[in-house]
Parts: sequence; C-alpha cells; structure tokens
Amino acid sequence: MEDEKFDVIIVGAGPAGSACAYILAREGKSVLMIERGDTAGSKNVTGGRLYTYALELVESNLYKEAILERAVVREQIMMLSDKTGLTIDYFAGTNMEERMPQSYTILRAPFDEWFAGKAEEQGAMIAAGILVDELIEKDGKIVGVKAGGDEMYADLVIAADGVNSSMARQAGLKKEWNGHEVGIGVKEVIELDPETIQQRFNIGPDEGVARAILGGTDSVMGGGCLYTNKDTISLGVVLSPASLAAQKRSIADIYQDFKMHPAIYPLIKDGTTVEYSAHLVPENGWNSVPKKLYRDGFLMVGDAAGFVINTGTMIRGIDLAIVSGVAAARAVLKAAAPADVGQLYMKELNELQLISTMQLFAGWPQITGLPRMSSVYPDLANEMIGSLFYVDGKLPKRMDKSMLQILRKHVGIGQVLADAWKGFKAL
Amino acid sequence: MTVQKQGTDELLGLDKFTVDEENAHIVLDKTACAVCNDKPCLVVCPAGLYKLNDKGEILFDYAGCLECGTCRIMCHQLKQWKYPTGTFGVSFRFG
Repeated sequence: MEDEKFDVIIVGAGPAGSACAYILAREGKSVLMIERGDTAGSKNVTGGRLYTYALELVESNLYKEAILERAVVREQIMMLSDKTGLTIDYFAGTNMEERMPQSYTILRAPFDEWFAGKAEEQGAMIAAGILVDELIEKDGKIVGVKAGGDEMYADLVIAADGVNSSMARQAGLKKEWNGHEVGIGVKEVIELDPETIQQRFNIGPDEGVARAILGGTDSVMGGGCLYTNKDTISLGVVLSPASLAAQKRSIADIYQDFKMHPAIYPLIKDGTTVEYSAHLVPENGWNSVPKKLYRDGFLMVGDAAGFVINTGTMIRGIDLAIVSGVAAARAVLKAAAPADVGQLYMKELNELQLISTMQLFAGWPQITGLPRMSSVYPDLANEMIGSLFYVDGKLPKRMDKSMLQILRKHVGIGQVLADAWKGFKAL
Repeated sequence: MTVQKQGTDELLGLDKFTVDEENAHIVLDKTACAVCNDKPCLVVCPAGLYKLNDKGEILFDYAGCLECGTCRIMCHQLKQWKYPTGTFGVSFRFG
C-alpha cells in the first residue's frame, strides 16, 4: 500500500528545489522537499553572488526579503603574475533600486535556509537531515524515493540534488562527470569588520564588490574569485581537477599561496578565517548538459542538470537553478496528465530562455579553458602594463618595440593568433 | 589572529563536523591503490584527506570530508562513494 503520496517530491532544498517547491505549494500542490543537511544550505557553497531577476520569477519583490549580503556595485577583473597584480574596476553605479537586473553577494547557509523557509510558509513540507538513497521505479516509471527504511511516493520526483546528483545518475540520464567538465571550488570565508571592507574596496555600506581573478594558480587551469559580504570576504579558487592531476599540484597548497599573494593578502589582512569549504562546479556549460532532462515521473533541475554558465566575467549558477525550478513548477501546473510534464518542462525552459542562453555561451569553456589563460596571458598583461609605469632614468625603448619584445618573451605570435581565432570561433 | 597560511588540518578545525563513527561514506579499494601510479587523490582532495605513509601506501580518513565529490570523479577504483547519512558530515555555517 502507498501510505502517503505527494504530487511532487523534490530531492534537495537548494535554490532550484526551493524555487520549485515555493510555486507548487503556493498553487496548492502537495510538495515534499527532502534535504540531507540538518538545515537547508548547510551542505552548499557559492563563490558567490545571486542575480535577483531569478527570484522575481518566483514572486515579485521576494528578493527584498532575502538574506543577501551586499549589492554588487563594482565589477572587477584581476590578473596576477608572481608578484604583481592588475585590476580592472568597473563602477556600475549605486542606484540599485532603479537598476534591474541587479546582483547581490550571498552566503549559501543563510540564503538557502531562508529560501526553504519561504517555501515552507507557502505550504511545502520539508524533511531535513534525510539522505535519499534511491529512486523507486515501477513499470519503467519513477514513482518515489527510498530514504533510510522509508518509502515515499509521488506523481513526479524532481532531482534538485546538485552537481553530484546521484538521482540523475540512477535515473540513467546523467553520465559521471569527467575531470575536464568540472572545477573544484575551494573557499575561505574571512571575517573582517564592515568599515574595513568598505574602505579597502571603496564601497559604501550595503555595497559590494565581485572580482574574477586570473593567474596566481601556479599555471593550473582555473581562476579565483573574491566577493565582499556584510562582515566577511569570500575568497576562493576554482581549479580543473584534470589539470591538477596532470601537473601533480595540490589544490589546498595552491589556494594557500593564492591567498598569500602580495596583491591579494592586503585585502584580507587582519581578518580571521571562519570557514574552509569546497564544492564542485559544472564548468563545461551546455555541452555537458544531458541530452535528456526527464523521463516518466522524473526530471532534473539546477546543478543536477548542469545549468551553469561561466564566461569569466559572468558566473551564473544560482540564478539558472532558480529559473529551472520555476520552469519545472510551471510544467507541473500546466500538465493535463503527469506524463506530459517532461515535455512541458523543456518548453518552459525554452520560454524562460535558459536553453538559448546556455547555447549562446556553449563555446565559452573553449576560451576560459585555453591553457595560456591561467598564467601566460595574466603574466603578459602585467608586464605590459608595468612597463608603462617604469622609469629608471635611462633611455627607454620605443613603446611599440618594447611591447612586441614583452609579447615575444611570453608567447609566440602564432600562438596568440591561434588563441584569438579559437576564441573568435567559440563566440 | 590575522589570516595566514594554514594547513588543511587547521582549516578543517574551523568547520563543523558530525562524524558518523559507524559508517564510512567513502571506501577505498586498497589493492587498487597499491597498483595505482597516478594517485590523483593526493592532489585533488581540497581537504587533503588522502595521504601517503612511509611505505608509499594511501592513508585515508573520511572524517574531514567536505563532500565535494572530486575523488569520485578522479578515481574510478573507489569501492564506495556516497554522501554521509542524513545529519552527518560537514555543516557549513556560511557556505
């Protein structure tokens, strides 16, 4: 006997799961969201930031209640050589209320707990501290989940269980990742008083900085990021496990050296590290999204589906997770019969432009993954810029000749042209 | 104390863990480890939980696992990789 049956069971109370649960519960569906952490968010990590347009899709003005850190008003790109650093700082303006879409730095433990709580307020049932072991399949259809000794049933099971989604693998829809498709994110959260953060980054109260960093990773493919929170700084690197293994370099060691880099350390000096975390990030965009995202009684959202875009300046995962959760909820609400949900989900993903956006950026991992991106080009940029400021009283070289000389020292002209062509094609 | 260069043991000490003493969620195949030349586990684990002893054998302690999943992707010889049972493992307070 099926003692308890829900309209929808959602595995994982991250942003994708909570967005979906919120809408479904609001529209009167019975929803069970199962979370393995003691509280929603306690297993999750971000760089990171949230683009708030996504929360608007869930409920208008919901972002105003969200536990957010600082509104991003400075977008920065930093390139590191061994000892020097070059930072491009774009001041995006302070009038955030009039500027939609906007983004805020966030921390996932408080944010996810808040979001799951909002879904619960709408009537979703949340079972925390429970790991789902397996899917229950009957006549080729997914009909529920097993957790511990318990079995729970639903018309639809939604895998919102993140990048390591065992649900998607069990359903036979997702192959195991390989070491080139993901990045390992490692991060320290460093406590610092808000005034110091504001002075160091030239921002007002509630204003924040998002910085993408190239170089400083000992030539291992990947990059770094820095986000200012209210009274902490999130400083991390995301590195290719395949590249680490090939170069036999430890990610923990690289991160510590990165943190102590002479252009980074003054930003976090006098701070106190309060947490060390790690998480995988889908890095290969659309080309690693499974061809099929649903089967009868089952579909995948968020990281479980591989919905992440990284162009180097825009790193989008949480917003896409929420959008896909919204798409799944809309599909359930529109479906005349449970069997229609999968196709409707794809239609909603299209209408919300998630798929076309991911397809547009499908080639970008070719650019961010160029081998010379992690040290040769950051070194080159630093030396070129540095030469513009160098005065020692001797007769300087003509600028065009000195630039060409610096270029040739780091990379062959042919290699630059090949990379430029590869980049152009990838766009 | 100002932020400084730290080893993984110290850093993991900052995190909140509830260790499931009864059940290891990651289980190695020591015979496969013995003949593995590459040993990517030694460098890709952010928690530095995979170590070599004097005899060149892999030592592994699941207690400080950050549950990232990288070892499962990089090592195809694991006997078992799953998340810790509900309520166990790491609990991020910031994330």
